[in-house]
Amino acid sequence: MLRKPIQRVVLGLAVGLSSGLPAMAQTDAEKAIDRYRELVADGNPAELWEAKGEDLWKKKRGPKNASLEKCDLGLGPGVVKGAYVSLPRYFDDVKKVQDLETRLVSCMDQHQGIKAKVANYDRDDHKDVISLVAWIASESRGMPVNVPQSHPEEKRMYEVGKRVFFYRAGPYDFACATCHAADNTRIRLQGLPNLTNNEPAGKAFTSWPAYRVSNSQLWPMQKRLEDCFRQQRFPYVEFGSDVTIALSSYMGVTGKGVKSLAPTIKR
Amino acid sequence: MRKSTLLMAGISFALAGCATMYSAVELDKMAKEAVEKSFAAKGIAKKERINQDAINLACTNAELTKTPLSGEATRKLEAAEYQAIKYPADGKFLGDWKAGEKLAQDGRGSTYSDSASVPNGGNCYNCHQISKEEISHGTLGPSLYNFGKLRGNSEAVVKYTWGKIYNAKAFNACTNMPRFGHQGILTENQMKDLMALLLDPASPVNK
Repeated sequence: MLRKPIQRVVLGLAVGLSSGLPAMAQTDAEKAIDRYRELVADGNPAELWEAKGEDLWKKKRGPKNASLEKCDLGLGPGVVKGAYVSLPRYFDDVKKVQDLETRLVSCMDQHQGIKAKVANYDRDDHKDVISLVAWIASESRGMPVNVPQSHPEEKRMYEVGKRVFFYRAGPYDFACATCHAADNTRIRLQGLPNLTNNEPAGKAFTSWPAYRVSNSQLWPMQKRLEDCFRQQRFPYVEFGSDVTIALSSYMGVTGKGVKSLAPTIKR
Repeated sequence: MRKSTLLMAGISFALAGCATMYSAVELDKMAKEAVEKSFAAKGIAKKERINQDAINLACTNAELTKTPLSGEATRKLEAAEYQAIKYPADGKFLGDWKAGEKLAQDGRGSTYSDSASVPNGGNCYNCHQISKEEISHGTLGPSLYNFGKLRGNSEAVVKYTWGKIYNAKAFNACTNMPRFGHQGILTENQMKDLMALLLDPASPVNK
């Protein structure tokens, strides 16, 4: 599935980078990462997950020996193209708003009879969810973000997400807004997107799943949000919890119309 | 029958006109419930960290609604924070600027992946320019380069600087800066070292 032989080289470089990062000065690391980005512009290692995800979607698995090809991601059974850019949305079968990751868990249950264990990042069935997310996201590349706001629950989740975004707490008094509500700011050398504005919100929203150079992992949005809250010094935000779905809704609605980038490559 | 149809039409028309079926107060409550339900204690990060004190609650609402706090509310909140500032018991405010620089560089601590036995870093360079040599600095806060050179080290400046590190919200209610002393993030000795980094004439900050 590797399109270019260069990928083996860059994967090796990624391993080298991740072990070398803590010792390197940030500026050197940034330069190395920029160079790495150039090298991989033509072939994101996320493709490895995408290939596995496509396979998982089509393969008959679980107690029901069924594929996920009848899974409804919001645009009708089996429709994958465009699904990523129109989630989170309300699903009548579960009577709640779901993002791509939680929707996949429901589909694995409904269609395959798999009671997915997904509480821990990249463990158990969560590995499969990551791969599926990578492939499904790639099928929406270039499509405009269009997270729906027609169902009352979708509107409610957006409003809850907005409130969570500004919620200050923890020992450092941080909210999402502390770092993500102003233009042109940085932590150290890391630029911070202003997630209250359309374009940066849409770009950030569609930047995940992303392949992370610093640890060679593929991070879906749920994991990205968990790590944000960790750095915010909050307690642990649980997989698929209301706060994560609400924040995704807020970001997605704010980022309406921005063309999807995922899966991307990140520091 | 006809009456109720009209009534229904009226209700749905009214609903279509507002953002959601809920009032702002109800949504605030739902957001709070979502936060209560979504977080779990992990490592050193206890669940109670999600609780808001009066100033965090007030600033959250001000930012959410884009309505700055009134002058009266601001004064009250700042005064309460100011009164809780504790100054060094031995009357000595300045420690070692070299230790302060090391602390300013350190952005670790207090997350659920950190150990309780490792002291917190100062996180200063995450948001501020401080010494000129360190170019990897954030921009969320103002530059502190030449902090002491510009202000001198009179008793008033020293006391103010201590207060600002101890509890920046005593001077600016909704500042983004953490309350390093008030929240127990840094020890008294650590804050003295940061004081020296900012105010000691020998510190690279004042060169």
